[in-house]
Amino acid sequence: MTKQSSPYANAHGAKTVTLSVQSWVGAQANVAVAQYLLEHELGYRVDTVQVDEIPAWDALSQGRVDAILEDWGHPDQEARYVKDKKTIVNGGDLGVTGHIGWFVPTYFAKQHPDVTNWKNLNKYASQLKTAESGGKGQLLDGSPSYVTNDKALVKNLKLNYQVVFSGSEAAQITQIKQFAKQKKPFLTYWYQPQWLFKKVPMTEVKLPPYKDGCDADPDAITCAYPKTPLQKYLNADFSKDGGKAAALLKNFRWTTEDQNEVSLMIAEQKLTPEQAAKKWVDRHRSTWQAWLPK
Amino acid sequence: MAAAVTTAPFEKTGAGPLAGLRRHRALGKLLLLAVVAAVLVPLAHAQWSSGSWPHALTVDFSQPLTDASTWILDHRDSHPLFLYFFGHISNAVIVSVRAVYLVLLAAGWAGVTAAAGLVAWRVAGLRLAAVAVAAFLICGVLGMWVPTMQTLALMVVAVLVSVILGALLGLAAGLSDTMHRALRPVLDTMQVLPAYAYLLPVVLIFGMGVPAAVLATVVYAAPPMARLTALGLRSADGGVMEAVASLGATARQRLLTARLPLARKELLLGLNQTIMMALSMAVIASVIGAGGLGDRVYQALASVDVGAALAAGIPIVLLAVVLDRVTGAAGERLGADEHAPAPWKWGVVAAGTVLVALASRFADRLDWPDSWVVGIAAPVNDAVDWMTDHLYSGVPYIGGTADWAAHFTTWILDPLRSGLTWLPWWSVLLIVAALAWLIGTWRTALTAVLAMAAIGVLGVWKPSLDTLSQVLAAVAVTLVLGFAIGIAAARSSRLEGLLRPVLDVFQTLPQFVYLIPVVALFGVGRAPAVAAAVVYALPAVVRITTQGLRQVDPAAMESARSMGATTGQQLRQVQLPLARPALLLAVNQGVVLVLAVVIIGGLVGGGALGYDVIAGLARGELATGLVAGAAIVCLGLMLDRVTQPTERRSTGKGA
Repeated sequence: MTKQSSPYANAHGAKTVTLSVQSWVGAQANVAVAQYLLEHELGYRVDTVQVDEIPAWDALSQGRVDAILEDWGHPDQEARYVKDKKTIVNGGDLGVTGHIGWFVPTYFAKQHPDVTNWKNLNKYASQLKTAESGGKGQLLDGSPSYVTNDKALVKNLKLNYQVVFSGSEAAQITQIKQFAKQKKPFLTYWYQPQWLFKKVPMTEVKLPPYKDGCDADPDAITCAYPKTPLQKYLNADFSKDGGKAAALLKNFRWTTEDQNEVSLMIAEQKLTPEQAAKKWVDRHRSTWQAWLPK
Repeated sequence: MAAAVTTAPFEKTGAGPLAGLRRHRALGKLLLLAVVAAVLVPLAHAQWSSGSWPHALTVDFSQPLTDASTWILDHRDSHPLFLYFFGHISNAVIVSVRAVYLVLLAAGWAGVTAAAGLVAWRVAGLRLAAVAVAAFLICGVLGMWVPTMQTLALMVVAVLVSVILGALLGLAAGLSDTMHRALRPVLDTMQVLPAYAYLLPVVLIFGMGVPAAVLATVVYAAPPMARLTALGLRSADGGVMEAVASLGATARQRLLTARLPLARKELLLGLNQTIMMALSMAVIASVIGAGGLGDRVYQALASVDVGAALAAGIPIVLLAVVLDRVTGAAGERLGADEHAPAPWKWGVVAAGTVLVALASRFADRLDWPDSWVVGIAAPVNDAVDWMTDHLYSGVPYIGGTADWAAHFTTWILDPLRSGLTWLPWWSVLLIVAALAWLIGTWRTALTAVLAMAAIGVLGVWKPSLDTLSQVLAAVAVTLVLGFAIGIAAARSSRLEGLLRPVLDVFQTLPQFVYLIPVVALFGVGRAPAVAAAVVYALPAVVRITTQGLRQVDPAAMESARSMGATTGQQLRQVQLPLARPALLLAVNQGVVLVLAVVIIGGLVGGGALGYDVIAGLARGELATGLVAGAAIVCLGLMLDRVTQPTERRSTGKGA
């Protein structure tokens, strides 16, 4: 039972591709543009499914989805599916580099420039506390599916902070926006590229620098997060037999600015992903022309 | 182990109570419990002296569960079990859903709408036919026609499977007492286990997508059908059955000609409940790739777009309301016009549908026209923004919602949580035993204590007490609000009429839709989790309270009035005492429903068990998710037993 497509796919007799969308808007932007080009330039019908990261690997291996366009690094899954089972192949760089870190709002960093170094964070704990953080400062974390070492970091760096998990990115963004509206100080786990930086400017807090292997023991960790060149992954069969669609997805490669432009249209101007993709495609003809299979 | 030690004596004492204690049963029970505690607590304390659940008494399930999930992943593509058993199930589901979907697409929007209207007219009358047509047209206007059809296709298959499975189980339970007893705990677990907890195992076996979504829905939706089928068969009139038997009918004839027809009302109610449960899974199933409306709601969440989530949520509400009213009306009509069957009416239904479908096909109008779509996302988002901007903080005198949430967290949730976690583990068991025994029998107490002990054994004692504190706070708020609104609605029919659609919407609106408004108003944390739970549980409590108060004997009310009682006195001294069973049921339902939203609480910062369950799914960790899910089941079992209303106990089926 390796292959199972969606019963809704291919209903009008068209060639179809199924793409997985992860919950953050950047991933939606990739998919929106890829979908637009597949539909309007190559005549495919595209289905999208929203899936968390780890289950998405499983779905990709089964052929339930054909591609993941933005992966933040899952060495275990890569070992299992790409190396051992060979059901998934790497589709190349997305062109965007991801970075996770701790951030404070820029308005707060301007008032207190020394807050941007972890060594001074304890001084600000009392200003950053909330009802939920129990007398300590609050470090706002996001969805459980995201890579995080924050609990260990707070403990090992002896910070007087409580990690509060907001449980979903939607909740985290909503909370950050509410803080920003009131110009309140906050400290949050966040990542780049992200459209929210355009709405709520944030400054990164320096953590002890990342060195290769310093995150080997998750309990003893004391260093920052690495910079990750984001990857695309394709189902192995689709990569072989996917024709023009697979070729386009492999060629797909754009910049952080491109992605943010689309993300912002989706998340802030509330355009549908399709409208946002159309606008970007109209403005950046030369970029995507190069992706089209010859 | 500890549970067995502390609870074993109940059996002896419960079976043969001392004569003197019979007069003050409550006092006697407590006294006995105190004696038992005096003996056992020092023992337990000497053995495992720790405030929280002793580590020596936990069992670690993570290794075996992780091994199991790895085995499945490694063998899924080769093992015969998957190739020849699960693979066929999976394909059958896909083929059926696809078949229904293609039929719906082929009928076009006009054909489907016509069919809905005609069927509603046939089984429920003209008024509901109009409602059904309007509902489907609104789905189209919202731009949700295709997702609505996808959800409908999935629902048709899931409900069909649930009804068949449920009816078979119910048949077995209705005909055999042994099966009845054996099935009850299974059905309980199926219903209380949060759907999120079994999404992962289902996904492991079937992979992401429609088959997994359909099967997860079936697990959730089949129990009411099974229960009501069994109930219908068991409550068949003894006199009728005897008459049939005396006519010399065989067992099979008796079943087909007497028992099943007599149980028709229950069967239809079972169908109604199954449809409702299945629809409430539509959004949750989207987390594992069900597609359709649920997926639209879920995707809208990612870009924090309440308006878009609502646009996809409204069709779910409309489907639920239409299906509920139509099946409900069909149930009421069963008795009324069964002597006037009108086969020609079904002919009209079929012919009308085909005609409209063909007409739309020749007019080339199968797809919902894009120009007829009205976007509601922008105005809804503006409204939500306005509301959160103005209510979040700094409202003069009363503060803002953020301040309330902070106060609620510091003054109520924090003390409650630290109080519960401060209590030594054995005293928690004692309190549970005392409460359950006072309101029920020794059996209820035993079940409740065992459930609580199981939480300790699973090794999630602390997060469970954290969750429990949130549940208790949410139930308290729900009851205060629910009783107040319910009393008001019972007094004014106009208010009740106004409330009905509002309650309908809140009962059927996917909880994901109000995640963001709740966070925008109350911030991230446990307070929004409580708020979400209150929103979800309130309608049921209001309904039960209103109904309970309305059903109070009019003669009693009349005599109270004639004696010159004020409305306040009537309420306090006549209505409320007489409606006590209904109020207790409201408490019980409040608890169960609040617990059902614990998972959603995890999505807005509630932490504890809810967070663990979603984390298990998101990270593919079977152990984290299943253990937390099992703990939620145990909490549910314990709370249900502790708040079991009197009527169920009096049937002797309490535990």
